Amino acid sequence: MTKKILILLFILIPINANALIEVDITRGNLNPLPLAVSPLSIDEESRKSFKKILKKENIGSEISNIVESNLRTSGLFNPLDKKAFLQAPDIANLKPRFEDWNLIKAQALITGKVNYVDDKLRVEFRLWDVLAAKEMMALAFTTVPNNWRRVGHIISDKVYERLTGEKGYFDTRIIYVSEEGPKTQRIKKLAIMDQDGANNKFLTLGNELVLTPRFNPASQMVTYLSYFKNMPRVYLLDIETGTQEVVGDFPGMTFAPRFSPDGKKIIMSFAKDGKSDIYTMDLENRIVEKITNHPSIDTSPSYSPDGKYITFNSDRSGYQQIYVMKKDGSDVKRISFGNGLYGTPVWSPRGDLIAFTKLHKGKFYIGVMRTDGSGERLLTENYYQEAPSWSPNGRVLIFYRETKTNSKGEGFSAKLWSIDLTGYNERQIKTPTDASDPSWSSLLSN
Amino acid sequence: MRLNKILKNTLLVLAACLVLSACATKKEVATDIKGQMQGDVYTGTDTVEYLADGVPDRVFFATNESILTTASRETLRAQAAWLRKNPNINVVLEGHADERGTREYNLALGERRANAAKDYLMTYGISSDRITVLSYGKERPVDSGSNPLAWSKNRRSVTVKAN
Repeated sequence: MTKKILILLFILIPINANALIEVDITRGNLNPLPLAVSPLSIDEESRKSFKKILKKENIGSEISNIVESNLRTSGLFNPLDKKAFLQAPDIANLKPRFEDWNLIKAQALITGKVNYVDDKLRVEFRLWDVLAAKEMMALAFTTVPNNWRRVGHIISDKVYERLTGEKGYFDTRIIYVSEEGPKTQRIKKLAIMDQDGANNKFLTLGNELVLTPRFNPASQMVTYLSYFKNMPRVYLLDIETGTQEVVGDFPGMTFAPRFSPDGKKIIMSFAKDGKSDIYTMDLENRIVEKITNHPSIDTSPSYSPDGKYITFNSDRSGYQQIYVMKKDGSDVKRISFGNGLYGTPVWSPRGDLIAFTKLHKGKFYIGVMRTDGSGERLLTENYYQEAPSWSPNGRVLIFYRETKTNSKGEGFSAKLWSIDLTGYNERQIKTPTDASDPSWSSLLSN
Repeated sequence: MRLNKILKNTLLVLAACLVLSACATKKEVATDIKGQMQGDVYTGTDTVEYLADGVPDRVFFATNESILTTASRETLRAQAAWLRKNPNINVVLEGHADERGTREYNLALGERRANAAKDYLMTYGISSDRITVLSYGKERPVDSGSNPLAWSKNRRSVTVKAN
């Protein structure tokens, strides 16, 4: 796939540090910021050239649709209806008539222009503060035409970052398990798609059971569990080249893999003689280290972003609870003490929170707690849901949920959902098949 | 004590009768659960297959548990006797969990259940060389239902001929 083909050509005007509009993303946002995404203007010749290459009538509008959809999905912005726009896209991009945009209650305005230059796609865009009648940001990119969706995602990230003060998460991908068939003979394949569900692609054929794919935060590598030859083992997959290899030489089942934050190690469980312990393997020198040694089940390990600590799931107290230890396995502390069972702890990329799945009285919850176990907050309750994964900016969680398809409790459907850390803005992410075990990539461009 | 128990049973039967008469369509489910579970361990024979005459292929577990029940131990003793009689047969013990748990924990739990069965077979003279353990966690239920009876059938360790 495309690596970092995208080139940041030039910055027209340096970013102004004294922003006037600001979006507070730490609260549940019940009043998303109204903004106008004016379609990127395009000259007739460029429009025709892109139509030939990309089979899109107007690539300028298509790119702005992506921006609009991303910003709306974030729950922080309310893109206004284009029918209300008074100013034409090309003129707006030169010099917006702020009174007109003010009239429709837009507080921010995004304008831009698309050109076909030397077989390349050149896009420039500007972000305007309508009330202050000022330009907040202007950027231009040049890339191969096929990257047009990513251009939309990068613009979205830039706007998000400028208005919230935090990195975006739109130019990212999600790897997950595609599911089909009856529950007793479920067929599972690895699949990957853009964060917004576009460009879905299957990575395995479904001949063997695959589970729990996870992205390397530092590259386009993935680790997952495969039942290849009926031997459940942790594998490493390079999604650029398609090459895969088994991780380590363990005489039994390895499972629950994740990468270390620097991407150089895999941490996972190894099950033997009825007990599961946590191990790491260094991907460079292949050295395997045993991290926990306890007759209980120790699984679902996840590193803190600085790599100094590990959170994991253990039933050493009798039932599944969440623990934190130092990276060498010392200083083990239980952190979950609420009612019910706790599993799948995942450390936030911001470092301050641990997301988890909780089972209590026949319900499943996705929640977060501080790394010392305090401040437990349950974000969503359902019949069955698990496996939260963080957006790279630590503001959104993606997870999967199974629901019954009829009132007798028969049949089921598994889908991916996302929810803000605030507990607001719960959304289903559309997938061509049923889906589970999502993992969010890092930002592709940076 | 005894009287208490009798009273309790009578009440249960009465309750069951009420359920049966109250809702004809629920009849099957009600009788199923009554006859096929003890605590929350499956005691029925719906899903059980036989390795040989009188040798059931699977044992069942309580929620979150890997302890062998009296009935399970009996089944495994029959399996051990059959394995001793057939020294050329190797087996895979497939451990499973129900759907009411997180995926990774359930993989470990399936492994623990299959190992409980393996340990028992070994104490009855079966060499560990002849036994492979394979956990499916909650990935391969036999009953796709979402109710206590279906879950009880799915919490199991199944002994499968490997050759």
